[in-house]
Amino acid sequence: MGDKNKKWFSLNLNRKVSNETTCGCGKSSGGCGSHNSNPIPNTDSKIKSIGGERTKDGFEQVFDVKMDRRTAFKKLTASLLIGAGAVSTSCSMLTGDETKEKAQIDWEEQFKGNYKLMTDDEKKGTVDRLMRSYELRTGKKINMSSKNANEDVLFGYAFNISKCQGYMDCVNACVEENNQDRDSQMQYIRIHEMKDGRGLDFGEADDNYYHEVPAEGHFYMGTQCFHCDNPPCVEVCPVQATWREDDGLVVVDYDWCVGCRYCMAACPYDGRRFNWKKPEVPEAEINHNQHYLGNRMRKKGVMEKCTFCVQRSRAGKNPACVEACPTGARIFGNLLDPNSTIRWVLENKKVFRLKEDLGTEPKFWYFMD
Amino acid sequence: MGRLKVFKSLVKDSLDVITHGSLRYHIWMASLTLIMLIGMYCYSIQLEEGLSVTGMTDRVSWGLYISNFTFLVGVAAAAVMLVMPTYVLKDIDFKQAVLIGEGLAVAALIMCLAFVVADMGGPSVLWHMIPGIGVFNFPNSMLTWDVIVLNGYLFLNITIPFYILFRHYQGKEAKSKVYVPGAILSVFWAVGIHLVTAFLYQGLQARPFWNNALLGPRFLASAFAAGPALIILVLAIIRNFSAFNIQDKTIKKIALVVTVAAQINLIMLVSELFKEFYAPTHHSESAYYLFFGLHGKTALLPWIWTAIPLNVLATVLLTFHKLRNNFKILYLSCFMLFIAIWIEKGFGLIVPGFIPGPYGKIAEYTPTGIEIGVTLGIWALGAFVFTILAKTAINIELGKIKFKK
Ligand code: SF4
Ligand code: SF4
Repeated sequence: MGDKNKKWFSLNLNRKVSNETTCGCGKSSGGCGSHNSNPIPNTDSKIKSIGGERTKDGFEQVFDVKMDRRTAFKKLTASLLIGAGAVSTSCSMLTGDETKEKAQIDWEEQFKGNYKLMTDDEKKGTVDRLMRSYELRTGKKINMSSKNANEDVLFGYAFNISKCQGYMDCVNACVEENNQDRDSQMQYIRIHEMKDGRGLDFGEADDNYYHEVPAEGHFYMGTQCFHCDNPPCVEVCPVQATWREDDGLVVVDYDWCVGCRYCMAACPYDGRRFNWKKPEVPEAEINHNQHYLGNRMRKKGVMEKCTFCVQRSRAGKNPACVEACPTGARIFGNLLDPNSTIRWVLENKKVFRLKEDLGTEPKFWYFMD
Repeated sequence: MGRLKVFKSLVKDSLDVITHGSLRYHIWMASLTLIMLIGMYCYSIQLEEGLSVTGMTDRVSWGLYISNFTFLVGVAAAAVMLVMPTYVLKDIDFKQAVLIGEGLAVAALIMCLAFVVADMGGPSVLWHMIPGIGVFNFPNSMLTWDVIVLNGYLFLNITIPFYILFRHYQGKEAKSKVYVPGAILSVFWAVGIHLVTAFLYQGLQARPFWNNALLGPRFLASAFAAGPALIILVLAIIRNFSAFNIQDKTIKKIALVVTVAAQINLIMLVSELFKEFYAPTHHSESAYYLFFGLHGKTALLPWIWTAIPLNVLATVLLTFHKLRNNFKILYLSCFMLFIAIWIEKGFGLIVPGFIPGPYGKIAEYTPTGIEIGVTLGIWALGAFVFTILAKTAINIELGKIKFKK
């Protein structure tokens, strides 16, 4: 694709490019081989960017009871003792229809495949199971979506350093929206309090302050997952439990993640959080409007991160942090829509990104008034 | 069918050998078992509570487990230093040592895999990583490469000695046509496992402390020092406690390997230190933290300042022929070298990679009791496996157990 379709400056390195929205070679002539003459909303490239490495049919992976015995046995042995937990629940409590159904759901959930490779029907299947399971367990209903990326959408974010006053309303809104563990006080967003006159000195900054803001002689800057367009965290995951969706969101399948934390080591922006223990959210505070890739309840030992509130953004709303910010420092929108505010900011402000030299192409820009 | 019968009798005989021995041997095995049980208990707590019982946090997300894993890959790779001369160059002296070396490699690899599993947040879904059943992100993720090379190496190191011992057990010579190709393959493979493990860290642009072209070669050099050093110590013990005849010549040759590797390792260390401290950049902060501490945070200082003097002293001692040929001094320097490299390639490599964090935050890491318990348990497991393997192998080689037709 030519320069006219490129929305931002890219590092001039001959990197491998797995998606067509940015070409790492920096040339516009097509010499690097990864240029595509088609414009961005190209269904071909979409398919490539999501299942490119593997084209295995998701159905194969779902442990369906109707599956033939041999495959079933293969999966059984593979999960070794571990599946035993699920097995024992399904064997020991065969009393009552509800327990039976619960056991059935647990069983199918334990052996389901990777969400990334599922067909839409399978996605719906697992979401239905999870909703039903929640209802069986707590008696309450939740609403979980499996909505895929919208066509012609690429999400981007901009942060106005001049406006941010360090109120942390975004942090609180994020925790509530995304059902993060209250116990360990997990937060996706960090607000760095910087000293005036020291430039962007993160080393001197405090990201854990407890005092009245705005503090004299300080300015504030927020960081979170930047949804890199060339995300190193995705490359390193041994099981493809984390990937870049078509609308640019980098997401995690909490049920597929094995908890190796390699992605965490690979992220240059401190964008990922790990569930070191079982996350706990008081029932009354749970946000019942969920997305499979977003704020549904996590379990212990899996990775999670900011998803630009996929449950909201794919429904056409702003992420919770944007909505909560009292100063208007946060701007979110569709990079492919020429009339969006985010495009206006990118075109009219002097924007910059953090650690551009790493070639990760964050879709998160900073600017000042 | 005949083979199966031989195998059955081999298993029976080796079980016999393993369960009989001197009082000292029984005490040794009993204490290892005890430590393993404690480790298993600690691990069960970790399974129940999650990794929050360890000292790891979002800021320092890998710790003692991955440190030990990294170090042990090196130990496993070092078996090759003995394999090469024995099988390929037909250097007779090494023949005795090589079975021990390969046994050590097997034990080290088992420990590696145990450490990786212990580090996982979700061991119950580890099947996601099995190619064919799960989704294997090959070739993008270096971790998948590591899974392949480690398991392949484990396979090689089990089959080659097994073939040789199996033949000897029946009173036949092992056919070199069969095992030499395998041995040559394992030579390359050993370099591969260690290089791939280094690439695991080296490939992360997010961590400047690791993202450094010298990491891989330095891994190799330190591995070829620490691994054979351990083998020398083990041979010394075996010589003491069994009738297995290991000649002085063999030990001296291995000592030479250790010496050269230790010297190269030291040169690379100097080069690394020069780069970090002559013209320090923002990226040298991790090295500063490791060697001098940053902003009053000094948790790693005692470790690294134990490792460096031990490393230098051992290398100097080994360099002088007179001193090296004195076995007491040799054993001492091997021991020092082993400890020094364990610190340097474990703790001293993994933890500073995370400190300071991506935005300069300095959060220190101290392992918890449970973590240490699991770690000791896994080391005991390794020692246990090795003892069993070595005891069987030695008895076959001595002709004490033989297939009776
Ligand atoms: S900020 Fe980190 S976690 Fe987010 S996409 Fe980039 S590398 Fe991945
Ligand atoms: S922690 Fe989970 S998402 Fe991250 S690399 Fe490991 S398996 Fe993938």
